[in-house]
Amino acid sequence: MEKTKSYLYKKPESLTDNVTSYCPGCGHGIIHRIIGEVIDELGIREKTIGIAPVGCAVTAYDYFNFDITEAAHGRPPAVATGIKRYLPDRIVFTYQGDGDLAAIGTAEIIHTAARGENITVVFVNNGVYGMTKGQMAPTTLLGQKTTTTTNGRDPYRHGFPIRVCELLATLEGATYIERTKIDSVPDIIKTKRAIKKAFTYQIENRGFSLIEVLSTCPTNWKKTPSESMEWVRTEMASFFPPGVYKDKYNVNT
Amino acid sequence: MAKKRVILSGCEAAAEGAIRAGCSFYAGYPITPQNRFPEYMSERMPEVGGVFIQAESEVSAINMVFGAAVAGARAMTSSSSPGISLKQEGISYMAGCELPAVIINMNRGGPGLGDVTPSQSDYFQATRGGGHGDYRTITLAPWSVQEIYDLTYLAFTLADRYRNPVLILADGMIAQIMEPVKLLPVKKQMTKKRWALTGCKGRRPNFIKSLFLTPGVLETHNWKLERKYQKIAEKEQMYDTYMCENMDLLVVSFGTCARICFEAITMARSQGIKAGLFRPITLWPYPYEFLSRVAEKAKKVLVVEMNCGQMIEDVKLALRGDIHIFFYGRPGGGVPTSEEILKEIKRI
Ligand SMILES: Cc1ncc(C[n+]2csc(CCOP(=O)(O)OP(=O)(O)O)c2C)c(N)n1
Ligand code: SF4
Ligand SMILES: [Mg+2]
Repeated sequence: MEKTKSYLYKKPESLTDNVTSYCPGCGHGIIHRIIGEVIDELGIREKTIGIAPVGCAVTAYDYFNFDITEAAHGRPPAVATGIKRYLPDRIVFTYQGDGDLAAIGTAEIIHTAARGENITVVFVNNGVYGMTKGQMAPTTLLGQKTTTTTNGRDPYRHGFPIRVCELLATLEGATYIERTKIDSVPDIIKTKRAIKKAFTYQIENRGFSLIEVLSTCPTNWKKTPSESMEWVRTEMASFFPPGVYKDKYNVNT
Repeated sequence: MAKKRVILSGCEAAAEGAIRAGCSFYAGYPITPQNRFPEYMSERMPEVGGVFIQAESEVSAINMVFGAAVAGARAMTSSSSPGISLKQEGISYMAGCELPAVIINMNRGGPGLGDVTPSQSDYFQATRGGGHGDYRTITLAPWSVQEIYDLTYLAFTLADRYRNPVLILADGMIAQIMEPVKLLPVKKQMTKKRWALTGCKGRRPNFIKSLFLTPGVLETHNWKLERKYQKIAEKEQMYDTYMCENMDLLVVSFGTCARICFEAITMARSQGIKAGLFRPITLWPYPYEFLSRVAEKAKKVLVVEMNCGQMIEDVKLALRGDIHIFFYGRPGGGVPTSEEILKEIKRI
């Protein structure tokens, strides 16, 4: 038998060797790894253009090994629109936090979905503004304590959290909307499957996809990494139920 | 086709100039008095294989332009004053990221919602950076439909040459009047943009960014930008003069207002008054030295603007207190008549 070198597990080519600035237990690292693996598996690294948000993932160009641009806070979907319309055969994705996507960039994400832009959005919902040290986000849960809701989020003073998948699924322009989480190995695998489907849809010119990933911010939640995973599993997942909110093609991958 | 003259409005001329300069991406949002611009683009862009997007806001429009510029396109947007305020975020990011783009401001009266009549009230915003941070944008001020056509065509070359946003500061008058325009040939040869994001096939990944967190790196980046601005200031100043021989009263004015001054000066000359006109075409870089040289012969200088006096600061910088400077202005959408200006010329 011929001897071949095979790896069961290795660093994706789509990730660099740089040490990330993410805190221990932060979901950003897991989600970066998933994106790296998916891009490798689809063989699209050399034609992918990523858009980094303003948030903890702003330095994504240090970790991804393909073309990356920064965008102003909340504007990645507009920037992605510009890139994708000019270079329709490239693979374009945005990586955005909840502050970026569901507060300052609400108009951009809604209209990009409504136009049905053929791009992929990875939406990292960690329920706080991680980078600016833990203020209330549009996805902060009722009762959740943050540095601007020190007694817990009160809907009558701070408003209600926004469910992005449910909102976007109402738009004709959106093709595929799914919410996943990363608190267990099966869920991480599900997240990878969803992100891979979103990129595959883009390759097949099927239109706008968004995968919301319920993620962790142990530092600002003031929880240990395992307590944070537990919080995702119980508190976050009950207000933001994982599942497919829209899939125009309902193709299993 | 190349030498044909056609009748166009200022909006149409600028849009056609952009297309012939190889612009293949336009995103904008409706606002008076530049609505003809996106309308024209919506028809013409698909004809030339380009992209037209009516965005959800000026913020989105400029960020779409940012994206297209990242990907290597000749990209542009147009708007009027309140919309240009919203675009400042994207313009600042493009200056920081060193991205080329062309932005047209058909200036209307402000502040706030102001009115929809012609104004030059955005001079400070256009010439002093406009958004946050230490940066400059090349600013071109046309005074006719032909000139907005020519300058828009040129603006793309300048934007690519310096990897910097270029602004065209016109107004509601130039936007809407119709005049004959001599068309230029379609630009075929484009600058190769090795820095653009096109997918990293056959090369190392490219990054576009304006965030530099390592201490000292942003400072170095800012000095690099500053050296670029100095080079632009040395090489790209443009101005025009009229009746500046045998002149003792110099009128300094730009854009639509300069055109009205031109008429006033012609009237003054016919009455034996030795008036002349200096018209900066680049508002940044401002032609300080040229103005100072032209003004040497003048006994008096009159600055005329459709605002409360903004360019007068640059005129003062150019003339360094050597000569008394008078000002005549009409803010809030007021457009002076040539008779009004002639009266002012006689009064001072
Ligand atoms: C226009 C603008 N407003 C505010 C900020 C400050 N800011 C930086 S990151 C951030 C929030 C990031 O939160 P999120 O998008 O949830 O990302 P995370 O860090 O949690 O991953 C804010 C408000 C900014 N950079 N620009
Ligand atoms: S602050 Fe929160 S989101 Fe940011 S890196 Fe740390 S854990 Fe992750
Ligand atoms: Mg967040």
